[in-house]
Amino acid sequence: MPANMSLIKNDMPTQEAEVRNKNFLEVTLGYTREQAIDEAKRCLNCKNRLCVTGCPVQIDIPEFICAVAAENFEEAYQVISRASSLPAVCGRVCPQESQCESKCVRGIKGEAVAIGRLERFVADYHNAHSTDKAIKPEGNGHKVAVIGSGPSGLACAGDLAKKGYEVTVFEALHLAGGVLVYGIPEFRLPKAIVQKEITALKELGVDIQTNMVVGKTISIDELMQDYGYESVFIGSGAGLPNFMNIKGENLKGVYSANEFLTRINLMKAYIDNAMTPIQKGTKVSVVGGGNVAMDAARCAKRLGADVTIIYRRTEKELPARLEEVHHAKEEGIKFLFLTNPLEIESTEDGWVKSILCQEMMLGEPDASGRQKPVPVQNSEFKVEADCIIMSIGTSPNPLIKATTEGLATQKWGGIIAEEETGLTSREGVYAGGDAVTGAATVILAMGAGKNAAAAIDEYLIKKGE
Amino acid sequence: MYKILKKQVLNPTVTLMEIEAPMVARKAEPGQFIILRTDENGERMPLTIADFDREKGTVTIIYQIVGATTELLNHMEEGDCLLDFVGPLGRATETSGKKKVAVVGGGVGCAIAYPVVKKFHEQGTEVHAIVGFRNKDLVILEDEFKANSTKLVLMSDDGSCGEKGLVTDALKRLIDSGEQYDEVVTIGPLIMMKFVCNLTKEYGIKTVASMNPIMIDGTGMCGGCRLTVGGTTKFACVDGPEFDGHEIDFEEAIARSVMYKPFERNAHEEACNLIKTEVR
Ligand SMILES: Cc1cc2nc3c(=O)[nH]c(=O)nc-3n(C[C@H](O)[C@H](O)[C@H](O)COP(=O)(O)OP(=O)(O)OC[C@H]3O[C@@H](n4cnc5c(N)ncnc54)[C@H](O)[C@@H]3O)c2cc1C
Ligand SMILES: Cc1cc2nc3c(=O)[nH]c(=O)nc-3n(C[C@H](O)[C@H](O)[C@H](O)COP(=O)(O)OP(=O)(O)OC[C@H]3O[C@@H](n4cnc5c(N)ncnc54)[C@H](O)[C@@H]3O)c2cc1C
Ligand code: SF4
Ligand code: SF4
Ligand code: FES
Repeated sequence: MPANMSLIKNDMPTQEAEVRNKNFLEVTLGYTREQAIDEAKRCLNCKNRLCVTGCPVQIDIPEFICAVAAENFEEAYQVISRASSLPAVCGRVCPQESQCESKCVRGIKGEAVAIGRLERFVADYHNAHSTDKAIKPEGNGHKVAVIGSGPSGLACAGDLAKKGYEVTVFEALHLAGGVLVYGIPEFRLPKAIVQKEITALKELGVDIQTNMVVGKTISIDELMQDYGYESVFIGSGAGLPNFMNIKGENLKGVYSANEFLTRINLMKAYIDNAMTPIQKGTKVSVVGGGNVAMDAARCAKRLGADVTIIYRRTEKELPARLEEVHHAKEEGIKFLFLTNPLEIESTEDGWVKSILCQEMMLGEPDASGRQKPVPVQNSEFKVEADCIIMSIGTSPNPLIKATTEGLATQKWGGIIAEEETGLTSREGVYAGGDAVTGAATVILAMGAGKNAAAAIDEYLIKKGE
Repeated sequence: MYKILKKQVLNPTVTLMEIEAPMVARKAEPGQFIILRTDENGERMPLTIADFDREKGTVTIIYQIVGATTELLNHMEEGDCLLDFVGPLGRATETSGKKKVAVVGGGVGCAIAYPVVKKFHEQGTEVHAIVGFRNKDLVILEDEFKANSTKLVLMSDDGSCGEKGLVTDALKRLIDSGEQYDEVVTIGPLIMMKFVCNLTKEYGIKTVASMNPIMIDGTGMCGGCRLTVGGTTKFACVDGPEFDGHEIDFEEAIARSVMYKPFERNAHEEACNLIKTEVR
């Protein structure tokens, strides 16, 4: 097959910026069949498979791309699903530019192969064409509990169910999916895709119990002692929002990104007659520079606001996916780089009026190797805003730690778990995803869930011998 | 699904429901709350656990109709099912080691005060219940309070029942008459709790106030329920809902509690219209 030597990727068909910034429909539309095949032909099927080393779950990238080039889309899907249980999700939300695509040899001169877009194409093709229903395997009589229904919990539950375990997922919210449903907006990850994954899990026999706050409604000890679960996987994420602890942060009109996004995504506040209200700001400032900040900013934009992102380093250091930054800019979101909020100022009746900010400059590298932002003297200025969204990170929720005797955690709250297996300080209790690493990525959480499923299987087989 | 086993109108705007929710009943303690959703498009609404029966597996809630969700809830009947019901959330009231307490409730807050009064009473603490209502038509749980307290003082704004005056008047009188409380617990409108706390601060009596800010998840995920207590930010759903009343920034809490007023009025009207059309 002749390779396609184009230096650039096939463009992703996208809704026009001025149209999409007023609706919540998916921004990117996905490759057509022809585009996918054309893009797949850019892959050189390298011997040393550098791209694979960049994928946290080591998908056989050249193998699946070859199948796409040969128009064997279903085969491509089977290759991917050996390593990943959420390809339709990861193809959309992975920070490919710093993972698989960062290692692709085609990226040395020109652009990398669009691995993520191809992965998405393959998953969407499969979802649209496959009529297979997951078949519930024969039970092996062992019960495992999974706490949390984010990507780590879903992956762990799925792999265990396929091995015949009787798996129950306990989810605190009324809907399963974790950040995939309450955090990442519809226009980036349609909820129907997440729903499909959850339906497939149910077909495998996984029981999903919503409205179950582990640590409140039931404890890990009760699950193991009274309810007969032989092993537990904790995939409770890192959902506790951080604040800056500056003056005015509790004024009316100041949100955590979690609250803002939860109202919009989980509670559908963007739909006109929704029961859960949201403030439709006219001038919104979002503080932070990660995916969460981009999502909050783009939601606020779609609700009709003039939106500014305030970030204390420069554009180069933005932790968000490149594509999200591009899209945000196209949609008319402004950026104030090298800017740090000092104080939020109030109107007479307690609403946000403005943010007092300070200019920053990059100084010496800090522990993470990035240059540390330091304040510029006498550089204070004001940014007007009637709504401010704090998006400066999250930490693991302390609820499970506080109610589980003997579960060791880091000082900052992360559960201590073996890297390979997810085993915690408690026998039979495993953990993975953001609950262990702090806020990270979908693919890492999914990988951790899969690894823990394998370790749990091994543990229970050994125990049974 | 969570079945409504009993519905009882307590006064024109306050209703009691007993809900089948064995997993919640199993763990419930006075001072804790639940979050419910009536249906697929429903809002997540927090309500205090007014009572529970572990054997029957039921949880009692008492709500006042103030807006869309309480209105929709009130249109559900015995035998209907709530879609979601999660709990018990928040920390339980700390009742141990207290010999004599006053519990001061106002309006529908008395529904929240009642299980606390009962718990103190059952463990042998001397409880003085001071409950206030706008008028006699709004009085709830009078018999229950009487049966579970050493002393019950009923106050009304217009004197149509009990004594005329505010709950703070009654509390001040009791303290001045020499009653020595280890603690005062107050539950009701923010403004009432603020005045109760101001009063007890003068007398140096430890006071706990039960806060009910706007909430969504109830698990510490959104931060919408945050309050300033003793100069630091606390999340009412996990750190509370009860806090040291002398440390709470009531002004801020009062301001935050009306944050959604401009956005919510519509929803209420719409719900009322919806229900009217359904009834017709
Ligand atoms: C707005 C936003 C945008 C993001 N964008 C991207 C992106 O583009 N690409 C990317 O790779 N990553 C992104 N991420 C990060 C990614 O979503 C997370 O790393 C990932 O979801 C973590 O998965 P998890 O399974 O560990 O936890 P979560 O997805 O957080 O799920 C945890 C689940 O556990 C439940 N839970 C918590 N405590 C309890 C309890 N006590 N009992 C029962 N259930 C409990 C929670 O309700 C939740 O449903 C984003 C995150 C956010 C918030
Ligand atoms: C922990 C907790 C326990 C509670 N326990 C009870 C209880 O036992 N019985 C009961 O009747 N109510 C209780 N509430 C209050 C109850 O949750 C609200 O009245 C309810 O959410 C209103 O919903 P709605 O849609 O009917 O009205 P909405 O349309 O949402 O609101 C109507 C009006 O009430 C205001 N409002 C809404 N929520 C609150 C709130 N949390 N605090 C102050 N004002 C508010 C709105 O700003 C608006 O003006 C509790 C709240 C919390 C947080
Ligand atoms: S899962 Fe993510 S990192 Fe791995 S190949 Fe797919 S897009 Fe790349
Ligand atoms: S490195 Fe790039 S070109 Fe080589 S196999 Fe991987 S995707 Fe194909
Ligand atoms: S209700 Fe969301 S943190 Fe308390």
